[in-house]
Parts: sequence; C-alpha cells; structure tokens
Amino acid sequence: MKAERFALFFVIVLVIGIPLAAVLARSNSDAIEIHGQMADNGGWTPSDLKAQVGQPLHLRLTSDDVMHGFAVGQSAAPALDVLPGQWTTTTLVFNQPGKYTFYCTRWCGPNHWRMRGTIEVTGAASETITTTPPLYVTLNLDLDALHPSDVVPGEKPSAARGAALGVKIDRAGEIDRTQSPAQLWQALKAAPETAPLSDQQIWDLIALTYRARTTPEQLAEGRQLYQQNCAACHGETGKGDGVVAPSLKKTPMPGMTMTGHETVAPIDFTDAQNMLGASDAILEGKILRGGMGTGMPYWGPIFTTEQIQSLVDYLWTFQFDQ
Amino acid sequence: MTPIELTRNRLVKATLRARWPQFVIRAIALAGFLFAILSGFIGTPVGNHNFSIVFVWIVWWALLMLIVVPFLGRGWCAICPIPMPGEWLQNGALLKPCGKGFSLNRKWPKRFRNIWMQNIAFTLLALFSAVVLTQPSVTGVVLLLFLVIALVTSLIFERRAFCRYLCPVGGFIGLYSQVAPVEVRVKDPAVCAVHTEKSCYTGSKDGYGCPWLVYPGTLTKNINCGLCMECLRTCTQDNVAFNLRSFGADLKQSNGRKLDEAFKAFIMLGAALIYSAVMLGPWGALKSAAYSIGTPQWLVYALTLLGLIYVVLPGTFLIAVALGRAVSQSKETLKKSFIAFAYALVPLGLMAWIAFSLSFVFASLSYLWPALSDPLGAGWNLFGTAHVAWQPYLMSIVPFLQAGVLIGGLLWACVTARRIAAEKHQERNVILHALPVMGFCFVITAGLMGLLIG
Repeated sequence: MKAERFALFFVIVLVIGIPLAAVLARSNSDAIEIHGQMADNGGWTPSDLKAQVGQPLHLRLTSDDVMHGFAVGQSAAPALDVLPGQWTTTTLVFNQPGKYTFYCTRWCGPNHWRMRGTIEVTGAASETITTTPPLYVTLNLDLDALHPSDVVPGEKPSAARGAALGVKIDRAGEIDRTQSPAQLWQALKAAPETAPLSDQQIWDLIALTYRARTTPEQLAEGRQLYQQNCAACHGETGKGDGVVAPSLKKTPMPGMTMTGHETVAPIDFTDAQNMLGASDAILEGKILRGGMGTGMPYWGPIFTTEQIQSLVDYLWTFQFDQ
Repeated sequence: MTPIELTRNRLVKATLRARWPQFVIRAIALAGFLFAILSGFIGTPVGNHNFSIVFVWIVWWALLMLIVVPFLGRGWCAICPIPMPGEWLQNGALLKPCGKGFSLNRKWPKRFRNIWMQNIAFTLLALFSAVVLTQPSVTGVVLLLFLVIALVTSLIFERRAFCRYLCPVGGFIGLYSQVAPVEVRVKDPAVCAVHTEKSCYTGSKDGYGCPWLVYPGTLTKNINCGLCMECLRTCTQDNVAFNLRSFGADLKQSNGRKLDEAFKAFIMLGAALIYSAVMLGPWGALKSAAYSIGTPQWLVYALTLLGLIYVVLPGTFLIAVALGRAVSQSKETLKKSFIAFAYALVPLGLMAWIAFSLSFVFASLSYLWPALSDPLGAGWNLFGTAHVAWQPYLMSIVPFLQAGVLIGGLLWACVTARRIAAEKHQERNVILHALPVMGFCFVITAGLMGLLIG
C-alpha cells in the first residue's frame, strides 16, 4: 500500500506538476507578445496596440509561420527580423501622440503588404508639428483617372545625350511637380530656344532635367525602398512582373466595376505611354493613398515625405537613362 | 541460432520482473506524452520548433524505427504511456493487482479480433499525415485522441484491447516485431499444458493476466506479445523466458499467417512509397495536394494512396504469386500462397521504413536542441541551446546507409520468399515459385532507391 501511494505521488508530480509549472512559468512576462502570421492567416496578433507618450512599450515578437520583419512606419529605427518559433524583443518610445503603423518588412506572401498593425499613442505632445496636405489633395487631382501621354519617345531618353546637347533650359532643376514629362515635352517643343531640337533630343533634355533635380543619394534611397517594398509586385526592372504579380488579377476591362476587393495587375513603370503622362504629384498620391481597390497598398503611414520623393525620383529612372 | 535465455541471468530476470523500473519509465513517458499534447496546443505553431512535432515525429520516430523495432520488437509497447491511465483505472492500482479495478471488462467482439481495425486506423492517419506531422495543434489533437480512445476502450473492454486491436502504431510494430532478435516464450510447453491455474493468462497476486490477451503457452510469434513481462511475474512454474534469438526468427514459422497481417505489409510498404514521394520528393503539387485536406486535389491524393496500398500493390503481388504458382505447378491455393509470400515483405517493409526515416531523421535532428531549451516556444533557453541553428547531420553518408539498408532488405525479402516457397516445394521448384515475388520486391526496392536516393 505504501508503494502504491508513493507511485501515485510520483505520477502526480511528474504528470501534473511539470506541465503545470511550465504553463505558469510561460505566462510570466510583462512584455506584449505579438505573433506574426501571413496576412491571409491573420497578420499581426494583436494588431492594435496602445502606448503613452514617453513611456516604453516592451514587445516580444515571434512568427508563427514564415520569416517576417517588424518596423514602425515613418521611424528611423531599423527593421527587426521576426523568425519562426523564435522571439525577438524590442522597446519602443514615442515622443509624439498619434496613430503609428507597424508593418512587415519581409516578403512573406502575396498579401504581405496587408500585414500591418497600429499603435495608438496618447499623451501630451512634446512639440507642435505642423503638417501640410500632399499635393494631390491641394490640387484635387483624380488619382484614379487614366493619364496617357500623347507623345512618347522613339527610344529611352538619355540624360547623357541630353547633357551632350549643351542646351540650357530655365526649368532644369526645378521641375513643376504637377507637370508630367509629356506636358514638359510639349512646353519645350513650343519654346523658341528648344524648338529646333528633334523630338528625341527634347526627350533627352527632359531626362537631363529629371536627373539634375535629384542626387545619387536620393536615388539610392529610392532604389532601396523600391526593392524592399515595391519590387515584389512591380518587378525588379519595373515591368510589373514581380514574384507575386502572377497571383494578382489582370488589368480590368473598360467598364468593369471595381468592388474594392479585387486586385489588378501591377503597373508597368517601363510603359512610356502610361508613365510619361503622370506627374510627380500623381505618383506621390498613388504611393501615399494606395490604389483604392486595386490591391496597391497605401504607404502614407509608412514612408516619410522625403522617402516618397526619393522613391518617385527612382521611378523615373525606368523612363530615363541616367 | 538456438535462442539464448537472457532471464537465466539473475539480474536481468529480477529487473524484468520488478515493477518499479517499468513503472518509472512509463510514468516519465506519460509525462512526456502529456507535455507533447500541451505543447501541441499552447506551444509555437511552428512545427520545427514545437516540442510535440520534434519529439514525437523526429526523436521518438527515430528511436522507434531505427532502434526499438528492429532490435526490441514491441519494446515500445512495454513502456508505452498511452494505455496507462486506462490500465490504472481498469486495475484500480498503479503497481500490483488489488482487485478493485473499474471497467465493464467486456470481451472484444469476435469479428474484430484481428488487425483490420489497426490497418484502417493507420490508413486514416496516413491520409492526413502531411498535416498531422507538421502542424503541432493537429499532432496535439491526434495524441489526445489516442489517449482518450485508449481510456474509453479500457473502461469498456478487458485488458489492453486498444493496443491489441485498435492502435495504428501497435499494428505495424507487431508486424515488424517478427524480425526482432528478442522474444518472450515459455521454456517448456509441456509444463504449461499440465499447469491448470494458467496464472499467466488469469493473473495472480504477483501480476496481471496477459494484458495482450495472449496465452503464453502457445505463443510462437512476437506479433501479439507486448513484452510487458506480466507472464514473467505471474508464472508460478518459472517457465517463462526472455530470449535472444536470430533476426527474423518468426518469419520462418509457417503457422499462423493471416490475411489482415499480410495486408498490413502492403499498407506499410505503400505508405513508405507514398511518404517518400510526398515528403522527400521534388513534386510541389503532390505536397500541396497532401496538405490541402478536403480539396479535390487531396481527394485525388487520398484515392491514389488508398488505391496503391489496397489495390495496386496487393493486386500486382497477387499476379506475381499466381505466376510463380503456375510455373512451379504449386498445389497450394492462391490465397494461401498470397498470404504466405506477403510475409516476405516484412523485412522489405521494415528496411524501407528505416531507409525513409534515415532521410529526415538526421536532416532534422538538430531541431531537437532548440526544442529542448524552449519546449513551449515561450522564449526560454533552459539548456542554452535555444538558438542552435538547424544543421543536417551525417548527410554525406546517409545515402550509402539507405542504399545498404534497402539492398539488405531486398536480399532478406528474397531469402524469406525462397524459404516460404521451400515450405511446399521440392528444391527444383522453389526458385520458380519465389522468383516473381522476388521480382516484385526488386521493383519496390528500385522505386524506393529512386525516391530516397535519386
């Protein structure tokens, strides 16, 4: 009987005690646990966090499926890798109240872009920040309207060839961000000082003006942003043939009603007729606001104004040789 | 080889008769089993970091298929924790009998006194295996189901009916235990014949009547012996022995061959082929189909699996047996020949499973270290191994091991087939009768070689 009781005690300790102790030890953490899954399976959980201005927000992140990345939009903090079955810890401190977006920085699946969450930060602002609305809002531009170019170059315009022309134009370095390259071409075609140039030479001159207004650093930043965030759909070479492009639907037929739940084929940035009719303001607006029912995500809460400008400058390199 | 009685050694005998060693091992196994269920439900959903997946489907499987089954037969069944809670309720005790157990103790229905239910259970598991083996929560559900079904079975039926007739794992362990070099047998059947108490079957104050519903006095094969050692404890005549014997000794016995066991051989062989293709092959569509349970693609996969193990393999084998029977002018019925020759597939199947297991066991064994340090995926680092990166082991020699194992299995199967043919024939016709079966074994081995080694 004594042996039987001892055996029972042994079993209880072993079979119930150990798992119970493990479960109790497991829940002993003051950090918020965030689980990442591909967007189709739920994205971030939890996806809505709250924090106080100036108070540290401790996070423990893990992935429940594939490798993800974690970053907070419009922040200079580097992205963290969130590995399957492993934990990554980080502490965030916000100096300004507002609604921040955190997002996945790794191409984790076709709907990677939807893997986002928000951090609502409340409390007193440490400084007053004034913001200006984006240009497409100020100008009331219709971002969804088609903007085909009436004129297209015979070959890809080249800034080098434009520079070799030795022509000086007033607008170089200060392009109107509301004007499309096609509109600029029309203006140069009509201007007396450039009228003698051939059509292609005017395009080369435009390529030169687009190069002149940016810097190698900005282009490098734009390239990096593009590769991290845009290339999966639009492709490394901008042709709209990224790795997830095949899973997106074809370009909608004329007259087709978009319900907001569909996706369409990513824009081909090398398509001259489509791109040369667009202005900086339109491209910035598209990036900020997203495609509205096309599957193109909105990047307003993620990118800073400067980052968006760099990205737009980089997009023009698909049309203009440097 | 004449069996060597290991229980002649006093220490071995005392250890095997003692309850505590077995009890402690089983209790630890039960704790591990429950921990695996817990981990399946609350641990990380990432399979290769989850304790349940790593410990059950990599570590346990490796130990089972590479060591325990080939060398100890039903050694796992001797320490299996799954029937423990039910047994304890049934016995009313954790150790020795006390006569206060709780169970309806019904007899298992006669028509189900075979391993067809185990065959079906294994097939069902095989159909969903791609998900079961990779998703911790599904593994948790399956392990819990094992525990609950074993418990309920113990409360309704007598002894270890679950192990004997239902357990999908026990089914194939039993089949392959025939090749193991150990056995529990009576020393002298004549002693049993005159022993009227039959305490080995009915039980005594020292132990329980055979939990596996086997009368040791007539035990000639390992298939249904769970190596629980109860008969060693209850035999008042000191007539039970634990022997070391030659590998595959049971396959030499022409008696007691059954169709359900023959089909188990096809099921296991077919499953080894399918698993090799799905889990190790380069066919993404096949993997997707196996994972997408309920979809038309999965239905095609399921029908293919069922067709292969229940129709194509047995059908082809039947043709091979019929051919051998015709050319050798055998008088044995086709059914009897079919059943008998199917036992040649036992060593072939076991070696196929060993070769298959070698493919992923050494490739995945390094997942053990992080899972040990962080069994619940909580971010712990108990043994400082939580961040050990995945690294395949021995990959340069694994293909050679696999090739050796598969060729060894083929030779063993051919020798067994020849021996089975020799049971009914003069020397001249033996090879003729066995040759088509050997050809069947060769084709299967070649297929496995292609799938596993490339």
